[in-house]
Amino acid sequence: MSFPPLRRDQRHVFELIPQGSRVLDLGCGDGALLAALCDQRGVLGYGVEIDAGCIRTCIARGLAVMQEDIDHGLASHPDTAYDYVILSQTLQATHNPRLLLQEMARVAKASVVSFPNFGHWRIRLDLLARGRMPKADFLPFEWYDTPNIHLCTVADFEDLVRATGLTVARRLLLDGRGDPLATPWRANLRAASAVYLLRH
Amino acid sequence: MSEQATPTEPSGVGLVESQTVELFTAARPLALDSGASLGPVTLAYETYGELNAAHTNAVLICHALSGDAHVAGLHAGDERPGWWDGFIGPGRAIDTNHHFVLCSNVIGGCSGSTGPASIDPTTGKPYGLHFPMVTVADMVRAQAALLDHLGIRRLRSVIGGSVGGMQALQWALDFPERVESCVIIAATGRLSAQNIAFNAVSRQAIMTDPEFFDGRYQEHDAVPRRGLAVARMMAHITYLSEEGLQDKFGRALQDREHLSYGFDPDFAVESYLAYQGSKFVQRFDANTYLYFTKAMDYFDPFPDDPTATAALAPVECDFFVCSFSSDWRFQSSRSKELVRLLLRHRKHVAYQEFASSQGHDSFLLDVPAYKATLKTFLDRRAGILQ
Repeated sequence: MSFPPLRRDQRHVFELIPQGSRVLDLGCGDGALLAALCDQRGVLGYGVEIDAGCIRTCIARGLAVMQEDIDHGLASHPDTAYDYVILSQTLQATHNPRLLLQEMARVAKASVVSFPNFGHWRIRLDLLARGRMPKADFLPFEWYDTPNIHLCTVADFEDLVRATGLTVARRLLLDGRGDPLATPWRANLRAASAVYLLRH
Repeated sequence: MSEQATPTEPSGVGLVESQTVELFTAARPLALDSGASLGPVTLAYETYGELNAAHTNAVLICHALSGDAHVAGLHAGDERPGWWDGFIGPGRAIDTNHHFVLCSNVIGGCSGSTGPASIDPTTGKPYGLHFPMVTVADMVRAQAALLDHLGIRRLRSVIGGSVGGMQALQWALDFPERVESCVIIAATGRLSAQNIAFNAVSRQAIMTDPEFFDGRYQEHDAVPRRGLAVARMMAHITYLSEEGLQDKFGRALQDREHLSYGFDPDFAVESYLAYQGSKFVQRFDANTYLYFTKAMDYFDPFPDDPTATAALAPVECDFFVCSFSSDWRFQSSRSKELVRLLLRHRKHVAYQEFASSQGHDSFLLDVPAYKATLKTFLDRRAGILQ
């Protein structure tokens, strides 16, 4: 069985995780990122996923994956059990992002969070010009039928990080192709997505 | 567990035979957790598929309360295959093209292995309640002796549902160097008070039957039929879900169009349970039922944190724990407790709850997602998916 390579945004998350870390990947999907971390970085990795098909793919990769709904908290995971907890492109689909960030801070020493930036100029333009809920490559859903119920902008997210008492250790702002922006100038307008490393 | 539904597909492994082997003798008995020892000990077992030259492809199946060594295939002259036939065979979840599959009737059993119905060599009579108490760990120790006999050092996987899952867990703890992976299905690390209560009522039903004769019913040419049937009927209810029973029977009447206004069975579900009870009595020994339910009650490999830490320290196998959404006998929350414990001790564990309306018995049934994921887990262990 062969698996596709990492997406570009996953590659950026991958690069933030040091060799041999203990990692919890929340909403690990088909396990591509976690498998890469385990195989190439010697990570002791655990995944949490809710979709049965994704779990089967994770098991096919030999991953330690648990079926759990992260909206119900991370009660299965003891305090500071992990070095890193990853929330990759999942924050916007959670019911209570603030509670989740707090839970992540409880179970790990650091968090890596990636999410689409709803402040990107194309999204703003879409709403301004069309007067309709924006859609994009990374936001392909109709407003009434989307898992993305808590979309935020880079600025919004940083407010939440501050309110939660966490600190930003690193910030990667990515363009529409997933490449880092050359400068942080007008980041909230220019970034299509972002990856944050948070210290707790 | 309940009887398997009549299969719709032909058996994957075809005609099979049980074998027996004497693993312990009176002179060299099996030491038991209780301090007692047991000998001679014979185990009945079946195997499917081929053991490879390096002896690295063995998969051990541990059966549940009412199971036996006849997991798959047909015995000559039988119409019904083994109790997990749909899971075992070429291309099936437990793929005999890749695995050498074996299962033995546990000690204390009544399907070919030494149990309370066997003759006690010191008295020349059936053991009855003089049979020593056996624990899940004792069952596993006897299975390990069977593996020694077959020249199998390591297990690619040990798999069990319900009390079979308890045995699988015990395997991982007691023989960590012999277990590569462990599949624990619809099971728990310890029975809840409610579960012990169900077992207690089952035992009371048997032991208060006038035909029980303090367990010496064989000597009296008697069988505590009613007690064992009631025990089975009650347990059977706990193996199904409310929804499953409702879908199957609802309030349908049995062989009548109107209520009888009497105490003969009116409803189809009553008749079904009576049938399950009477069928069970024909094939199962009442004393074995007592011993097995006690073994379940006693099972508690992680009574406290220091014990759990010590027990899990040498364990390196991959665990796959699964449960079923409508199982209220061993609820998903019990499986999750076990998963959390394994997680806390940094074991490699995968967990999934499968959607099924069929209660505890789901583990025996054709739940497609469950079968597919089990197959994926085992195929990977066989190196097919790498």
